[in-house]
Amino acid sequence: MSAVPAWAALPAAILLILAGLLAVLGALGLLRLPHFFERMHPPTMGTTLGTGCVLIASMLVSSGAGSRLAVHELLITALVVMTAPVTAMLLARAALYRSGRRNGERSRE
Amino acid sequence: MTAFLEFAASFASLCFALAMGFAAVRMFIGPAAQDRVLALDVLYYNGMLLLLVFGIRSVSTAYFDMALLIALFGFVSSIALAKFLLRGEVIEP
Repeated sequence: MSAVPAWAALPAAILLILAGLLAVLGALGLLRLPHFFERMHPPTMGTTLGTGCVLIASMLVSSGAGSRLAVHELLITALVVMTAPVTAMLLARAALYRSGRRNGERSRE
Repeated sequence: MTAFLEFAASFASLCFALAMGFAAVRMFIGPAAQDRVLALDVLYYNGMLLLLVFGIRSVSTAYFDMALLIALFGFVSSIALAKFLLRGEVIEP
């Protein structure tokens, strides 16, 4: 934290504040909304946009402090972009299957 | 400017910790199993972001490896739990 230049520190700080606000808003929506399919929406805002902001801030700070380009955070970005929709789709299918079975309907394969 | 970055990192850590608390409350009071799985998803996600912010504060690359491992194992655990809710077993013959 000692030798971060100003061109890296100012955007990184703004991105960190934005990511924190997005994450806490998403978790508040997860806590407050009444139904499961409504509760699936708000955390995705924090997890995708918030993760992007934190990773760009981390890239800026490590590039500025090490005085060379550091892009190894793109690995986490690629992992998150590939895995978050898969998790959301499987959870939605599981919830649909379970709610259909609870109502006494025939479950659709 | 470094002080502003320090303040922003502290604020982001506080926000992520608060988000982890909200997710933990939802995991305890969640009425169905899928709510708890979704809350666990949000919980490990915010933990990963918290580790990344720690890595920004103390400029080191060890936190990056931990965050990558949390993302990987969290994905695997969420997929396993969702598959269990969907099918009743994780690994099908």
